[in-house]
Amino acid sequence: MSNKMSGEQGERKFKVVGTRPIRHDGLDKVTGRANYGADLALPGMIHGVILRSPHAHARIKKIDLSKALAMPGVKAAVTGADFPEIGSGGMPAGESHIDPKDLQANILARGKVLYHGHAVAAIAAATIEQAREACKMIAVDYEVLEPVMSLERALAKDAPILHEGRKAVGVPPLPEGDTNIMMRLANAKGDVDAGFKSADVVVEGWYEASMAHQGYIEPHATVVTTRENGQADVWCSTQGQFAVKSMLSVTLQIDPNLIRVTPSEIGGGFGGKTTIYLEPIALLLSRKSGRPVKLVMTREEVFRATGPTSGTRIWAKLGAKKDGTFVAADTRMEFEAGGFAGSPMGAATMTVFASYNFPSFRLEGLDIVLNKPKVAAYRAPGAPNAAYAIESAIDELAQKLGMDPIELRLKNAVKEGDTASYGPKFDRIGFIECLNAAKNHPHYKAPLGKNQGRGVGAGFWFNVGLQSSATVSINDDGSAVVRTGNPDIGGSRASMAITAAEELGIPVERVRPLVGDTDSVGYCDLTGGSRVTYATGMAVIEASKLVIEHLRARAATIWGCEVDAVEWRDGQAVGTNGASNNKPLSLADIAKQMGHTGGPIIASASVNPPAAGPGFGVHICDIEVDPETGRSTVVRYTVVQDAGKAVHPSYVEGQLQGGAAQGIGWALWEEYLFDKNGKMENPGFLDYRMPVASDLPMLDTVVIEVPNPLHPYGVRGVGETPIVPPLATVGNALSRAIGVRMHRLPMTPPRVLDAIETKKG
Amino acid sequence: MATVIFASGMRALTGGAESVEIEAARVADLISALYALFPALAGKLEQVSVAIDGTLYNDARYQKLRPSSEVHFLAPLAGG
Repeated sequence: MSNKMSGEQGERKFKVVGTRPIRHDGLDKVTGRANYGADLALPGMIHGVILRSPHAHARIKKIDLSKALAMPGVKAAVTGADFPEIGSGGMPAGESHIDPKDLQANILARGKVLYHGHAVAAIAAATIEQAREACKMIAVDYEVLEPVMSLERALAKDAPILHEGRKAVGVPPLPEGDTNIMMRLANAKGDVDAGFKSADVVVEGWYEASMAHQGYIEPHATVVTTRENGQADVWCSTQGQFAVKSMLSVTLQIDPNLIRVTPSEIGGGFGGKTTIYLEPIALLLSRKSGRPVKLVMTREEVFRATGPTSGTRIWAKLGAKKDGTFVAADTRMEFEAGGFAGSPMGAATMTVFASYNFPSFRLEGLDIVLNKPKVAAYRAPGAPNAAYAIESAIDELAQKLGMDPIELRLKNAVKEGDTASYGPKFDRIGFIECLNAAKNHPHYKAPLGKNQGRGVGAGFWFNVGLQSSATVSINDDGSAVVRTGNPDIGGSRASMAITAAEELGIPVERVRPLVGDTDSVGYCDLTGGSRVTYATGMAVIEASKLVIEHLRARAATIWGCEVDAVEWRDGQAVGTNGASNNKPLSLADIAKQMGHTGGPIIASASVNPPAAGPGFGVHICDIEVDPETGRSTVVRYTVVQDAGKAVHPSYVEGQLQGGAAQGIGWALWEEYLFDKNGKMENPGFLDYRMPVASDLPMLDTVVIEVPNPLHPYGVRGVGETPIVPPLATVGNALSRAIGVRMHRLPMTPPRVLDAIETKKG
Repeated sequence: MATVIFASGMRALTGGAESVEIEAARVADLISALYALFPALAGKLEQVSVAIDGTLYNDARYQKLRPSSEVHFLAPLAGG
């Protein structure tokens, strides 16, 4: 790993940041002691089961719960009618804002079901078996409607309309009357038509990607208990306990002061756990039954009824001069939103051209509803789909121009001071450094074998800041506790502990990192947007600095000098200016005397920093294709990414590998398959083919460190960028291996074989 | 005077204006002035991200502006 730093941050010599301690939560996780969402059991707890729609599109005419309620052990039942009436509006939910009325209707259908598996009613009974049996006795009368299962059908003039009476919003021209287009966005710069006229080479084509699931290992789970005074305690697997609290408050119209949410350990989220499904249902069932209620999804429910990411159809056209200079770009991006508005199309419109300087461009994005699960955030939402189209087109341009694909990117890549396609100027960024590192990597120069192809792709993600809090307290033995409100998904406990240890000057093993519930820590926005190490880390730095102020004051009390005469150096109070005769006091020395010098030492801080500094990555993939079967094997893969400053390099490398692995799966194997009635045909890991360790080679990583000027250490978020390049990178490798440009993901063996056969004629 | 640059998609709401210079101390003041100047924008700048001189803010309401500041309004940013 490179460890080059420059600039103000680079002059700082770190003692703990950049090391690789064993994660604090590691032992519990590898021994099975860690408590995940489904692990909690409370006295008197009962179990809930959800009845889900057998139709992808239908009107609910009547729901009869009477027979179900009469079944043995049944304590309560709920339907969408149990939710209070609320108005439309906007509230943050992962990548985008969501209409709380839609959120309600996605949790339990009201009036219509909009995808197969849409929740219709729920039962709570003494045992899970009793709840399942009772669920079968719920009678629902449906008027079945034609399911809309493709973007083509959704956009057809005679398409069934999912949301009658709802108008498209966004940038004109907007469709008139009822439509499945929920939003249209557009942007442009310069004279695009003149740009293409001036081009020596033009490429264009449609690029399709399938709806894909995050595939987190832990299904959604919750336990909720309510009290007579209206108080509700919620335990759940989530990326943000405060977001759950807020969404519960809005959807159920409960005073937020009455809701306490405790996050369990989380077995993956990747954006999919930034919204809610089970929690309001469990709360309503608990209220009705007076018992704690547990709800746990099956894997099948996770696939059918949580939020995968959008399938997309993206048309891209690029023009360049003979020397490779880009002159024009044009794109139309159609995003599946699922049953309710809100795909990541907006982010795609901002990222699609962000990595390069285009003198002229035009783009259009459409958010389109259809009878598939409502999408949720998934790692850099929208950006992988957009990059798939643009980075594939760039590869085709390189081939037509006879240029090296990295040289072509270097010629057009954005750098500090360039204006991003979405508006503002870039500050310090590391795209050029990543491209050069990829170009000079041994992988890029290694010879290819028979039936092998090498692809390159790049990716960009904004990374965000948002609100974070942290509390640092000192124990009487001189150890420290750091509390934050971000569920630890990717090793954030370790990075928070490293940060506190760096500031306080103590070993990282002397810091215990905790994740608190909504009543015990200050507000934190959710764990997402690659923001925790950056933003919550800044709150930890600030809180640690406040603790140091206390420590200096306590040392001054002990020495009987002014606090100005005490400096904090390397974890010790050191006397200066008249106090220099005193023997330095370690944190442990001061902690021992806390009771004599003013009591416990504790400090909290909160931040709302700007967006976290853009992340860029460049990937290289070698793929081998069996021309007889169309089977593709990734034989070598390298991820290069700018991390700003890697606080715990192992977890940065893990993020790079994880994002790449998910992207490779999306490119080669993963897709939602629906039958003609809109029923997902592969709702399990045997048939929804995610990559496992044996499918992939070791994914090499190169961590570039171009410091982020917005962070004291130079940190940039790293969690999302690595999933942006792989779709195109793998596609480019495969297209070069077989000599045919692939335009549809996943590139399954039948599709590859078909492309090879078509080429043969 | 801060300069606001409108993305082409916003120009339908600004009568085609690509940019405008406005005297404003903070983003909140700037937004109020924009609403007064372009009534079609009213209410549409409440849940957006704002870039001020290249730095993106998810909540910029009380951010100060310099006379030379360049301001862009963007879709809200978050992530997965």
